[in-house]
Amino acid sequence: MQKSLLRDKIVRLILQSAASMSILIVILIFVFLGKEGFSFLLDPGISELFGTKWNPVSFDKELFGIIPLFTGSLLATVLATIFAVPVGVVAAVYIAEVASPAEREIFKPFIELLAGIPSVVVGFFGLIVVAPFVKNLFGLSSGLNALTGSLLLALMAIPTIVSISEDAIRSVPQAYKSASLSLGATKLQTIWKVTVPASLSGIVAAVMLGIGRVIGETMTVMMVTGNAAVITTSPFASVRTMTATIAAEMGEVPFGSHHYAALFCIGIVLLLMTFGLNMIAQRVMRKYRMG
Amino acid sequence: MTDDYLKKTKIQAKNVDFFYSDTQALFDVSMDIPEGRVTALIGPSGCGKSTFLRTLNRMNDVIDGTRLTGKITIDGQDIYAPEMNVFTLRKRVGMVFQKSNPFPKSVFENIAYGPRIHGNNDRTSLTEIVERSLQGAALWDEVKDRLDDNALGLSGGQQQRLCIARALAVNPDILLMDEPASALDPRSTARIEDLISELRGDYTIIIVTHNMQQAARVSDITAFFYEGHLIEFNKTKQIFTKPSKQQTEDYITGRFG
Ligand SMILES: Nc1ncnc2c1ncn2[C@@H]1O[C@H](COP(=O)(O)OP(=O)(O)O)[C@@H](O)[C@H]1O
Ligand SMILES: [Mg+2]
Repeated sequence: MQKSLLRDKIVRLILQSAASMSILIVILIFVFLGKEGFSFLLDPGISELFGTKWNPVSFDKELFGIIPLFTGSLLATVLATIFAVPVGVVAAVYIAEVASPAEREIFKPFIELLAGIPSVVVGFFGLIVVAPFVKNLFGLSSGLNALTGSLLLALMAIPTIVSISEDAIRSVPQAYKSASLSLGATKLQTIWKVTVPASLSGIVAAVMLGIGRVIGETMTVMMVTGNAAVITTSPFASVRTMTATIAAEMGEVPFGSHHYAALFCIGIVLLLMTFGLNMIAQRVMRKYRMG
Repeated sequence: MTDDYLKKTKIQAKNVDFFYSDTQALFDVSMDIPEGRVTALIGPSGCGKSTFLRTLNRMNDVIDGTRLTGKITIDGQDIYAPEMNVFTLRKRVGMVFQKSNPFPKSVFENIAYGPRIHGNNDRTSLTEIVERSLQGAALWDEVKDRLDDNALGLSGGQQQRLCIARALAVNPDILLMDEPASALDPRSTARIEDLISELRGDYTIIIVTHNMQQAARVSDITAFFYEGHLIEFNKTKQIFTKPSKQQTEDYITGRFG
């Protein structure tokens, strides 16, 4: 009795420290990003960040407006979400509720494989296949644009959305489905009116994780979006995202310069966006926990 | 006492065999279930009571590899005929499960679910159905101020009566109940039994129970199953006082099962 009590305590302690660790890491990330970025707020000042031009290397005047980068990320993310969410959720519903066990055996490993493809490779695929396809389909002069980028981002978000939503959908108790069927509902009605609502918090979590992956993705967007730092809402325009900017410029920036600090500020904005996303997710989940 | 009140047959099973993939669960079951009365299905666990119950609303259809031979009619209509619409059938034959299973939705939405899927989206009419169904299940007074609360917050007994109300909301004429009180405390069980007595007459009720006293209290007719066979089917009074088969007597006197 005593012994098992002690073991309980120890296990509890281990779990507690693991959980605290994650909080600590988040705080540390914030502190260090803040430390590096803070100098920018003093000189040249925070208002510089709200400019509409990003031109950090210039003999004339350096410009650190992150608005075009922000809108670039936003456009790519919104488009990717529009593509990925319906496809991902429908695929998850299909695999969880409709597919035969044999079909499931085929789909699941493929989706896991898709999740594991390195983003550079997805980028290559984008350059060679998707960009020319988009270019020809819409008669554009170049296929390196927000649309191509977001299609590939969607491709990368879909496996996350599918596998986590599928788990959520499959965990809905059979008793709910039996109740629905016994009232004369069809299988499809049962899926859309009972099973999906009952697993909605899991589906929302899956979507948020998928969007998180999209926001954070760097390599692919760097390869296929054209990287022009302009403010636009056109899917056919070339855009440059915040992540791509950091990745492309961090290596060459003089340590401690304005440019260096500005890149850290972009990092902070990215972090805040992710937090915002999480908060929205929490709220949505709380609202839908009871349908 | 005359037997007139058992005269009109609602459901007729004729030579029903039932199979789960390779195992046979029912053997040549035939019975005439009277309209507007309570029929109890008893027998040791695994003898096929639930299986038989689910043949009546074709809920076995959703299990892969099941097969039925023989004939089951409701009001003379073959429910396994190709032209039978299984969704219409299930609307007519309501079901209450062993473990109460309200949807994780509000009380109101639980009851409105059935009417909604059958095309009723009129708020006034739904409100009226919700009230009538909850009253029918003797739950209205307890929940009338909590219609927008999550149904999962109700007590176990209330949840089960909510499930009965949910079944009533689509206007069935038959109610199947699979050990509806087996997970409930004695007080909630008594309320369910009272409710069954109230519903008797308006609905043809078939109830599976492993509780002999319950069968004796609530039912008019009792069917005793053993290993997939219908051993005895008779008036409840008869079964519990003068069973005609030794196996029945052994079971109800508690010698096995
Ligand atoms: N879904 C199923 N698949 C295969 N066999 C089943 C299934 N459900 C029940 N059975 C079998 O059918 C027989 C009758 O079961 P059931 O109708 O549940 O009995 P009861 O309700 O009287 O306890 C048992 O042998 C049981 O193992
Ligand atoms: Mg059973």
